[in-house]
Amino acid sequence: MSQTRALKTNHCKKGYILKRLKESWQWYILLLPGLIYLLIFDYGPMYGLQIAFKNYRASRGIWGSEWVGLKYFLRFFNYPDFWKMIRNTLSITLLSLATFPCPIIFALFLNEIKYAKFKKTVQMITYMPHFLSEVVVCSLVILFLDRTTGPINNLIAFLGGERVGFMGIAEAFPAIYVLSGLWQGIGWSSILYISALSSISMEEVEAARIDGASRLQVMWYVNIPSIMPTIAITLIMKMGNLMSVGYTKILLLQNDLNLDTSSVISTYTYEIGLIGGQYSYSSAIGLFNNIINILVLLIANTVTKKLTDTSLF
Amino acid sequence: MQTTKRKAKWLNYSWSDKLFLIVVYTVIILITLVCLYPLYYTVIASVSDAGDVYTGKVNFLPSQFTVEAYTLVFQNKSIWRGYANTIFYTVVGTCFNLFLTIPTAYALSKKRMLGRNFLMTMFLITMYFGGGMIPTYILFKNLHLVNTPWIMIISGGLSVYNVIVTRTYFQNNIPETLFEAARIDGASEFRIFFQLVLPLSAPILAVITLYYAVGHWSSYFTAMIYITKSELHPLQMVLRRILILNETAYQDAMQSGNAEMIEDALRRSQMAVTMKYALVFIASFPMLVLYPFIQKYFVKGIMVGSLKG
Repeated sequence: MSQTRALKTNHCKKGYILKRLKESWQWYILLLPGLIYLLIFDYGPMYGLQIAFKNYRASRGIWGSEWVGLKYFLRFFNYPDFWKMIRNTLSITLLSLATFPCPIIFALFLNEIKYAKFKKTVQMITYMPHFLSEVVVCSLVILFLDRTTGPINNLIAFLGGERVGFMGIAEAFPAIYVLSGLWQGIGWSSILYISALSSISMEEVEAARIDGASRLQVMWYVNIPSIMPTIAITLIMKMGNLMSVGYTKILLLQNDLNLDTSSVISTYTYEIGLIGGQYSYSSAIGLFNNIINILVLLIANTVTKKLTDTSLF
Repeated sequence: MQTTKRKAKWLNYSWSDKLFLIVVYTVIILITLVCLYPLYYTVIASVSDAGDVYTGKVNFLPSQFTVEAYTLVFQNKSIWRGYANTIFYTVVGTCFNLFLTIPTAYALSKKRMLGRNFLMTMFLITMYFGGGMIPTYILFKNLHLVNTPWIMIISGGLSVYNVIVTRTYFQNNIPETLFEAARIDGASEFRIFFQLVLPLSAPILAVITLYYAVGHWSSYFTAMIYITKSELHPLQMVLRRILILNETAYQDAMQSGNAEMIEDALRRSQMAVTMKYALVFIASFPMLVLYPFIQKYFVKGIMVGSLKG
């Protein structure tokens, strides 16, 4: 009895699937260009990642090169500068994590401003730096911090201080990197929170106001809790990049004097791989970095899920 | 009239609200000024006398207005070539991006599509895990794309983040009843996509186009890795040579007989600074001019909630 029923549903299911495919095959055609691109240019390099465990030689190809196990990972762990690079990477990413609340505060404050024209102007100006390229931002940093001609040093001199060659001070590098990033991103990153804030119902805010809540209290007890999911998800994503620093920007700001704090794991993969030509070693370092990132992401996701009930997946 | 209204409203606030608003306005104005000043300074420094910029006399207004820096910068041929290359890479590259992104996002927005979850997961995985720099390099090398202009168009062709943002827009902004009506009228799925969905999606198309265009305009690293021929270099690589590596921007100006203007060494190092500011302006204004037109779409529908699979 149950067998015939199973057969019947199976039969129906087959017909159902065919019917659905018949009405929707055009969707797959639309998907095709993107899917092909993804398979070649995203999954292709993942296939190539096996060279991290091999002694890659171009003449033998990816598949033909011999396996060497964890050789390159061990070489990296035993590299004398290994801990220095971990330290440099973390000091930059943790410092930038510390600036994480800035766009949130900016969005919350902007939300208090009711004059539409003023608000629009502020938004337009603060989004602007986002549209500058990395090369331009880094040149502005170098120009502004210049010892003799930079406006910041002009200001220091005007206030009676001693001119400082900021770019030559290794200790200043993480701050320069993070603050220039904050300058470029504070407006743009606030968009997410502004759009989350705009979906709060006015009734809720007005009810709180009638109950005698001050503006600050409304912000604290109504606005912040309602954008908490957005904050949580952005934070998780940030945590997933704990070990990656934008090396394209670091390479622009790097000079001989700040190498001590500006050499991070990702710039090392670039130097070793593309300049040094040690493909396998560089791939191994990249893979190690990626795995740590994923682990941190998973941990952050679990913790936030427990604490706030929101999660990325 | 309006000011008196505002005044009355202000007087009605409690002292704590007044204090709060003062703090809010102060912080917002400060942040805005800090964001604006470097851009403003770039403009005024680029049109000021080089000597005055060098000695720190230019702070709030240009001094001895001159376009000398721009004249000199435009005499550099590699800048023109870089500009032309960048425009080509940006236009063709963005078209390629849209061709890949929009149809894919539309297909993935179809809840009734079989295997959608599996396909979606395939796309999402690449946001967190990838082959990395070297395996990608080997792939492009094997495909013989290194040192061709095509690398600048193909690399970074599909951003999964943009796919998800677009997909979410399709899901939330086009009512299902519209599709049903179109189907009853006998429209094919292709026709629905091209004639119904695309015309209704102007905001997201504008935003995604801007995202990709800015990406192409600003990228230097792809060129740095994959392109050694300097005649294929985009503007950002030319900028990097002049602004970051301090290569002189004069060569061509010197050859073309304007040397007397920049004869002595001090004058030359002074000019180098204002020319850098002029270059920053030239390289940045197209994107800064473009974006206010699209700004009104930003807040609409771009939510991080969209990132939830």
